[in-house]
Amino acid sequence: MVLLTMMALVVIGVVRLRNLFAVVILSSIYSFLMASVLIVLDAVDVAMTEAAVGAGVSTVLMLAALYLTKSEEAAPRHTPLLPMFVTIVIGAALIYGAADLPPFGAADTPPNTHVGQAYLERSLPETGVPNVVSSVLASYRGFDTLGETVVVFTAGIGVLLLLRRNVRSKAKD
Amino acid sequence: MRLDVVLRVVTKLLLPFILVFGLYVQFHGEVGPGGGFQAGVIVAACIILYAIMFGLDRAMRVLSVKAVEKMISLGVLLYLGTGVAGMLMGGEFLNYSVLEHDPVAGQHLGITLIELGVLITVAGTMVAIFYAFAGRGR
Repeated sequence: MVLLTMMALVVIGVVRLRNLFAVVILSSIYSFLMASVLIVLDAVDVAMTEAAVGAGVSTVLMLAALYLTKSEEAAPRHTPLLPMFVTIVIGAALIYGAADLPPFGAADTPPNTHVGQAYLERSLPETGVPNVVSSVLASYRGFDTLGETVVVFTAGIGVLLLLRRNVRSKAKD
Repeated sequence: MRLDVVLRVVTKLLLPFILVFGLYVQFHGEVGPGGGFQAGVIVAACIILYAIMFGLDRAMRVLSVKAVEKMISLGVLLYLGTGVAGMLMGGEFLNYSVLEHDPVAGQHLGITLIELGVLITVAGTMVAIFYAFAGRGR
């Protein structure tokens, strides 16, 4: 609860600030808080990813991007009414949807009664891997993880294509 | 300028530990938390930290742009190759149990290999994007 309150405060700071450098640092702090929340939820794998990607690498990339542009956000040209309306509608829909979810960690939900149980029972004898997260990711859902790796591959190639072409055309000028 | 020296020395001291931690996350991933993705990001962060502290040129001398771009596809190829190896040895695509005589040992080998593929792709992509961004400012 304390962590969530701090995250809310950070978000308010991000919305209010116009200095993009401060916004990048605040979003890095937000990622660290999110990682702490995930540790509280016992999802250490995800927390590690969040801390390394969200707080570390993406902050560095944002700062590198800031170095190439201006570090002050331009004042919005249109009224904030339409974005605010969209945000409120989506937020209300999410809250309405979350109201129907089973309570956190409930034992009688479908994933906890069939799939999760089966993975927990079969993982150790079938794969010999004590960490079920790893065995599900790499073994039972290897195809899924292959897809994710290809997504990372594609994203990397895409960014490189965009950025490198600009470098070359700049060199020509 | 003095602060710079302190930061550089501390970075130099920290870098091997960060790298070892990344490898620990990779090869200990089946027992503790972690896996290829997390390890890849940690390894990439290590290289990026080196580049920030000691300059892009020195980082590129350690790990050139070409090598990084090859890493991106090498990881995917390793992953696919592990899957195809399972097919060639009489199983289905990405069935690791046939990689060794003992299914559990085969699973172990297969998981290690594909996690290594994920590590190479993720680390390569992160560093390549960083190089591309940082190289544009010059």
